Amino acid sequence: MLKALPLVFCLAGLALYTVLAGADFGAGFWQLVAGRGSYAERVREQAHRSMAPVWEANHVWLIFVLTVFWTAYPTVFGSIFSTLSVPLFIAAVGIILRGAAYALRSGTQKPLELRSIDMLFSIASLLTPFALGACAGAIASERVPAGNAVGDMFSSWLNPTSILVGVLAVATSAYLAAVYLAADAARLGDPELERAFRARALGSGLITGAIALGGLAVLHSDAHSLYHQLVAGDALSTLIASILAGSATLALVFARRFEPARYSAALAVSAIVAGWALARWPTLLPGLTVQQAAAPHDTLVTLVVAVLAGGAILFPSLALLFRLALTGRFDHAQAGPTRGAGRVLSASIPRLRSRVAVACLIAGVGLLNVAEAGWAHALGVASLFGFIVIGFLALVPGTLSREEALTRPEPDEPRGST
Amino acid sequence: MSALATALAPVHQQYLVEARQMQALSFVAHIPLVAFGISFPAMVLFVEWLYLRTGDPLYGTLARRWTRVVVALFAVGVITGTLLSFEMGLLWPNFTARFGSVFGLGFAIEGFSFFMEAIFIGIYVYGWDRLSPRAHLASGIPIIITGFTGSWMVISVNAWMNHPGGFQLRAGKVVDVHPLNALFGNSYLWHELVHMYIAGYIVSGFVVAAMYAFGRLRGRWGRYERTALAIPLTIAALAAPVQVLIGDWAARDVATTQPVKLAAIEGLAKTTRGAPEHLLGWYTEGQVKYGIEIPHALSLLAFHSWNAKVQGLDVVPPAQRPPVNIVRIAFQTMVGIGTLLALLGLGFLFVRIRRKRLPESAWFYRAVVLAGPLAVVALIAGWVTTEVGRQPWVVYRVMPTADAVTGASGIPVGYATLAVVYVLLACGVAWVLRRLSRAPLDIAPDQQGV
Repeated sequence: MLKALPLVFCLAGLALYTVLAGADFGAGFWQLVAGRGSYAERVREQAHRSMAPVWEANHVWLIFVLTVFWTAYPTVFGSIFSTLSVPLFIAAVGIILRGAAYALRSGTQKPLELRSIDMLFSIASLLTPFALGACAGAIASERVPAGNAVGDMFSSWLNPTSILVGVLAVATSAYLAAVYLAADAARLGDPELERAFRARALGSGLITGAIALGGLAVLHSDAHSLYHQLVAGDALSTLIASILAGSATLALVFARRFEPARYSAALAVSAIVAGWALARWPTLLPGLTVQQAAAPHDTLVTLVVAVLAGGAILFPSLALLFRLALTGRFDHAQAGPTRGAGRVLSASIPRLRSRVAVACLIAGVGLLNVAEAGWAHALGVASLFGFIVIGFLALVPGTLSREEALTRPEPDEPRGST
Repeated sequence: MSALATALAPVHQQYLVEARQMQALSFVAHIPLVAFGISFPAMVLFVEWLYLRTGDPLYGTLARRWTRVVVALFAVGVITGTLLSFEMGLLWPNFTARFGSVFGLGFAIEGFSFFMEAIFIGIYVYGWDRLSPRAHLASGIPIIITGFTGSWMVISVNAWMNHPGGFQLRAGKVVDVHPLNALFGNSYLWHELVHMYIAGYIVSGFVVAAMYAFGRLRGRWGRYERTALAIPLTIAALAAPVQVLIGDWAARDVATTQPVKLAAIEGLAKTTRGAPEHLLGWYTEGQVKYGIEIPHALSLLAFHSWNAKVQGLDVVPPAQRPPVNIVRIAFQTMVGIGTLLALLGLGFLFVRIRRKRLPESAWFYRAVVLAGPLAVVALIAGWVTTEVGRQPWVVYRVMPTADAVTGASGIPVGYATLAVVYVLLACGVAWVLRRLSRAPLDIAPDQQGV
């Protein structure tokens, strides 16, 4: 039980990453195929605007999965990353380029700059889900043996199952993104964009479903045991759940019920992740079970406690972010400083603060650099931090206020703000 | 099979050096961004606090403009950091496979920290016009806290690699694992953490001040620029001299915990009582040539004693010694620059306190312009000292780096690809920062109409 718990966390993280970052990748897909002209610009702008506030948080799910996985199943992590080094490196480069595009987009001024950065973003948005999907296909079709780079460098991920899962990952991302963007457009009251993304959602949903069902034929010939598990074993229920949720999403999108469609689309994708895990249970890699691969007891206990405690802080914060991003605001904005503002900064250096700062410095040197005991060093460090903070508070306001007095007549007041 | 479950077998890797260089390149790109991530949000928040307190729109403008820089740099930090987590498996699968159960927890907690930081940066940025002013200021505080906890976790892993504990090795198997003890019960952690945290403030303080000092030399010197210079420069000026004191503490810890690293730092071939220290010079054939010798200085600095015995490189066989000149030059670069920065900081404090104003000499501002990039160089040099000084071990005296490396081929291809991507990324970041500094809200007369 304990040995499987981190795997459950990883799969949950993976499902969240697929759903949340998937929509983010898909937004890049729609930017790529938007074409040219002012209408295409609006599609691109909408795709960017919906994702910009949340992409980093969405993306960190992958980091969560990686770190929990290498702590709980280190050998499996090492085996996967050494055999699948090529597609994983491609995925990493894709992630770098996508993030760079987000960072650079804020500096663009001319349409050409914007277009080239959006192009870079879009290509990376296809590359990364395909490469990660190919890795999932490689693991699912038992092409990653335990050991340092024991599997084949190319055929492990360039094979029918990997390519199928890679393409499916791209299609799923596009589908998720279209549903999300249609919902966003509806919320913002833009019927034209809503129609556009609704059509895209319906189209890509049908195509994704067709790839998934047609893919069963690929699995039949290329990864027969996986196929067998999916159509006859424990994983059958998840396959059915995914088909039902996928059909329900299409119906909901058709009926313009975008909010519930977001959740059923997420459910359809999560069911695929769960199906993969159930089909392979209890092996992680050929000949290596969860039991054998799990880290020692103490590590697992500490990890589980850390994840639960982290989750208790994380989820409320995440809810806050999404609430803010989805509803536009969560508090009555009142621009400008608080009541009681208008205090003038003192021009002189406060004597008390400077004396305390100097005392902190002297104590710090004595405790850290002369004394030898550990507790003395701790106190010494605290004193030196005190010196920096109190010294800063003693010096800075006077600097600013003095400059203020010096330059008040100059007409160089800043204009407005963004 | 059960043996496989604990570790992967070491392999021969023709491109070990390239793998290490690729890792080093990834760190060189990421570490300066970390330095900004842990310190710059605090400065932004301080400026926002000034805005709320005084109602002066100048502070509001400054805080918003700096926020854009935080966002751009954080985005780049996210992706360069992601690459580092991939490289744990792409380059060093045996290291992670064998010891992931010991140190992995640090990264798992760091992952949460990073997650919280991303969430609250999103809230802070998105909330500028959507939250009440107080709520907005409060939403920035978790960014500062998580910036600290994140660096704490990563450094606890690094400290563990330098001073491993919390596990036993029996017949090549890691047993008796206590991750909390390994990560946080480690005496080596604390000086590293404090040294890095303060370095973060020095680097971002001098780099930001350098931007505005450069502007001043070009004639951009309104109230806005003075404010934007005074805040980071005051922090850096206070932190730089303190870093010298922290460095003394760090050196004494290294002397007792990693004597071979200290010997490499100083180019001390033989174990010596009352060991001298050499400034500059080149280590060859068991001695430092062309250096300036200061008698007894090493014993004095490392052990606070005139005649203390300092272990030399001869305490371990040649194969277990780090490359002396790289470590020595990196260390001297760090200390040399650190000393200059501390002197510059003291000079600033002197003028500020005695004359009750900012310095007026153009030479001072030229020095500040130089101090920005030099602070980054010192930061990198410090990491080179500690990481190359740890070689040839990835886990100090437990696992050689050569045993940790991947068996996959194609490292040179990955290295070249990454180098190209990072050069382009660096150009892109420089471009976007330039744009951000120019485009909107500029109040300097010569920038109007841009």
